[in-house]
Amino acid sequence: MIIDLQAIGLATLGGIIIGLSVTVMLLFSGRVTGISGITYGILTQSQWKERAWRLLFFIGLLVGGVGLSIMYPSSLENTLNIENGKLVIAGLLVGFGTVLGNGCTSGHGVCGISRFSLRSITATGTFMVFGMIAVFISRHFLGGF
Amino acid sequence: MNRYTVALLAGILFAIGLGVSGMTQPQKVIGFLDITGDWNPALAFVMIGAIGFHAVTYRWVTKRSSPILEDQFHLPTSSDLTPSLLIGAALFGTGWGLGGFCPGPGIASIASGNTQSFIFVGSMIAGMLLFRLSKPLIDKFLP
Repeated sequence: MIIDLQAIGLATLGGIIIGLSVTVMLLFSGRVTGISGITYGILTQSQWKERAWRLLFFIGLLVGGVGLSIMYPSSLENTLNIENGKLVIAGLLVGFGTVLGNGCTSGHGVCGISRFSLRSITATGTFMVFGMIAVFISRHFLGGF
Repeated sequence: MNRYTVALLAGILFAIGLGVSGMTQPQKVIGFLDITGDWNPALAFVMIGAIGFHAVTYRWVTKRSSPILEDQFHLPTSSDLTPSLLIGAALFGTGWGLGGFCPGPGIASIASGNTQSFIFVGSMIAGMLLFRLSKPLIDKFLP
């Protein structure tokens, strides 16, 4: 087991910033900040008004990413070397699964658990366990990362 | 401030939080999920920080009769543990473990220019559209 105090401190700080962002969305717009739901809403909402704020949040994520790439480039470093085919399967599963299950790490993991929602607590436990199983299988039977 | 400016700023803030926390580095996510290997529990503290903060502010904000810019709160009301919830979460978790990306970090890391982020986000959107196409079938078989 790796205990990295600096990483733990940054993870906590980053988590608080994420908590602040979802609080801003709730306080001003009364919305749950679920990234998968927001992305799916851009693709499917029929009213322009409902589409527009989701699109702007999505653009904000991209712009924030650009900010990170300039001011803190190491935060976007990806040292994994995953085959494209495996990455496509990962993306399809994440896209399909988050819409079917009504949420991802943000919607269920952060917003839902903060509300003490039983659905979100169950979903979060489920995706974490399956994530661990997928990493185990990937590492031992699919050639690693 | 209107709802669009708020969404844009909250999106930027969210991406910064992801970057600071380490969630935008898939190798750290894999390290967190790799409990039988060289387990690095650091990313558990992203959830601890975010939930610790929001569990308090959620209760404070929802004491208001409405949000600042809208007439009412839009919060989920269903409480049933359905097969869709469990199967969806299982599929999502599997994809998360295979690629090291969940939706937010995938999108925020597009700015890195790394093709892995593009491939992941493109496939994720394809997966959502696939869901959309197969929805009539899913509604028939999964409550």
